[in-house]
Amino acid sequence: MVTEAQIWAWLGEVPDPEIPVLSLVELGVIRQVDVGQGVLVKITPTYSGCPATSVIKLDIEAKLRENGVENPRLETQISPPWTTDWIKPEAHEKLRAYGIAPPIAGQPHCPLCNSSNTTLISPFGSTPCKSHYKCGDCLEPFDAFKCH
Amino acid sequence: MFEFLLRMGDTTLVLGHRVSEWCGHSPVLEEDIALANIALDMIGQTRMWLGLAGEVEGQGRDADALAFRRDAWDFRNLLLVERPNRDFGHTLMRQFLFDLWHHERLSDLCLSEDDRVAGIAAKCVKEADYHLERSKDLIIRLGDGSAESHQKMQAALEALWPYVGEMFSDDTLDSEMSEAGIAPLPSSQRPRFDKALNTTLALATLTRPENDFAQLGGRSGTHTEDLGHMLATMQFLQRAYPDARW
Repeated sequence: MVTEAQIWAWLGEVPDPEIPVLSLVELGVIRQVDVGQGVLVKITPTYSGCPATSVIKLDIEAKLRENGVENPRLETQISPPWTTDWIKPEAHEKLRAYGIAPPIAGQPHCPLCNSSNTTLISPFGSTPCKSHYKCGDCLEPFDAFKCH
Repeated sequence: MFEFLLRMGDTTLVLGHRVSEWCGHSPVLEEDIALANIALDMIGQTRMWLGLAGEVEGQGRDADALAFRRDAWDFRNLLLVERPNRDFGHTLMRQFLFDLWHHERLSDLCLSEDDRVAGIAAKCVKEADYHLERSKDLIIRLGDGSAESHQKMQAALEALWPYVGEMFSDDTLDSEMSEAGIAPLPSSQRPRFDKALNTTLALATLTRPENDFAQLGGRSGTHTEDLGHMLATMQFLQRAYPDARW
């Protein structure tokens, strides 16, 4: 009999398809794991139209099956809505090392030189969850996680 | 309830498709990405509204079936969102007028007595908030920009103005939804919309049109010719190859 803790541990090994330095658990998209009647995993999308959502489901299912879980049930739960507060604190450092400014209230710091002299180039970046910034000191453009 | 959900879902679907028509054609790369992202949010929101509509209807139709297998007269979207893109200014003005309405609408729906409606609205309003910030910013920059950008924004405002009134018109269905505590009357949002609109237009040095004549019909299935053309493109694959899957 598989335990909830075991499922969480496995899910902690599944990388986010868009930001592979973070696991799905660190991203805060896994809302609930239940092993009462078969394995049930509840997932919340970061953004309603995020194309990664279907890949996330596929990756979870593959991971669970690989570990011998037959027919896991995956459900989407939209309420309460996902917030960047659910990104685990330890994940912030990983994001920065990967070149993405973590979600903080106020002006994001450049992930390369840590300068706060940054300018918004576009409110929308390479994925729905990020916006595009430029650093005024090292002049590098970078993505910043939208804080909400 | 089904009709109410179609009004929400069809409006985001049609706007999402319209905005996606800009993909690869925008004036600058950042705007191309922004428009594609907004279109994506709209389509994502559509999935939730039409998904729930299909559930409520109970005839086995999912969001895809509702999106791709209905004809123009079955669509319940606002006329504003089916207006063609025309130039970039026109697209932005349509988005701004929509975002202003949408943000108010979703904020109200977060308080719906139907938990499913409130849940979807709470998810969507965060995105709508972000869209509105961008739209406002661009309307001000282009309205209060060069002589040419100002003239284009003013022309867009005048061309789209007849489609604003429909967003706040009430009918029997709205009264039923309001009495059931599902959604407040659209007309109740108008004062907040007007206030926010006037503030932004003043900053953008644009003049609000005086004639408040409103084109109606989208919410009950009477559409402009443009919707049919759009659906012909959008629905082509499912019409030509029914049940085709990736």
